[in-house]
Amino acid sequence: MSDVSFGEKTTWIYAVVTVGVAVAYFATIFGQDPGVDVTEIAYFQPMLMAVSAAVLLTVIAQILIAIASPKEGDKKDERDTHINRFGENVGYYVLSLGILIVLGLVVAEVEHFWIANAIYLAYVVAALISSIAKIVVYRKGFWPW
Amino acid sequence: MVKATKVSNHIRSLRFANGEMTQAELAERIGVTRQTVIAIEKGKYSPSLELAFRIALVFNVSLEEVFSFGDKTS
Repeated sequence: MSDVSFGEKTTWIYAVVTVGVAVAYFATIFGQDPGVDVTEIAYFQPMLMAVSAAVLLTVIAQILIAIASPKEGDKKDERDTHINRFGENVGYYVLSLGILIVLGLVVAEVEHFWIANAIYLAYVVAALISSIAKIVVYRKGFWPW
Repeated sequence: MVKATKVSNHIRSLRFANGEMTQAELAERIGVTRQTVIAIEKGKYSPSLELAFRIALVFNVSLEEVFSFGDKTS
């Protein structure tokens, strides 16, 4: 029996998949010829594909883990719920900060390319920080009261 | 929100006093994961009042016999 709960495993999956797919996306987009004008880079379709792939891969990985440990797969208790809420709260503040930065880019009237990618980056960073917060409290302890 | 608790518990000794009940069995009876029972035992998670009562009910003791506030005995 594993000492890692299903809730913690799914948090790890979400973090690894979200960051992994984002790294692949940004490497593809920014790995092009440095001399290329950003207005000529087709980012929208790859970004949609990246987000879709992240969602799909997360779901598939969670299903596989549930199959691998069927006794734990459907179990989610109050500790998982509290830790999830705590992590999402942390992620909310990170995302809010990201939105302010994006707002600054909009006010500065930069290219849509930068604005769209900043939004995606804010989402990825928020997801990562949120997941780290959850994993830390899963490991170190959590006292919600 | 994330600070250590002053609540300690005697779940480990109560499990052994009740036929060496396993953490998995206790988890099953109170409706949580085994990892949550481990976290509660180690003082790494403070359960809700309802869950605390469910633990006490399993051992057929009062809440104060399971949890105490301020001392570090476990």
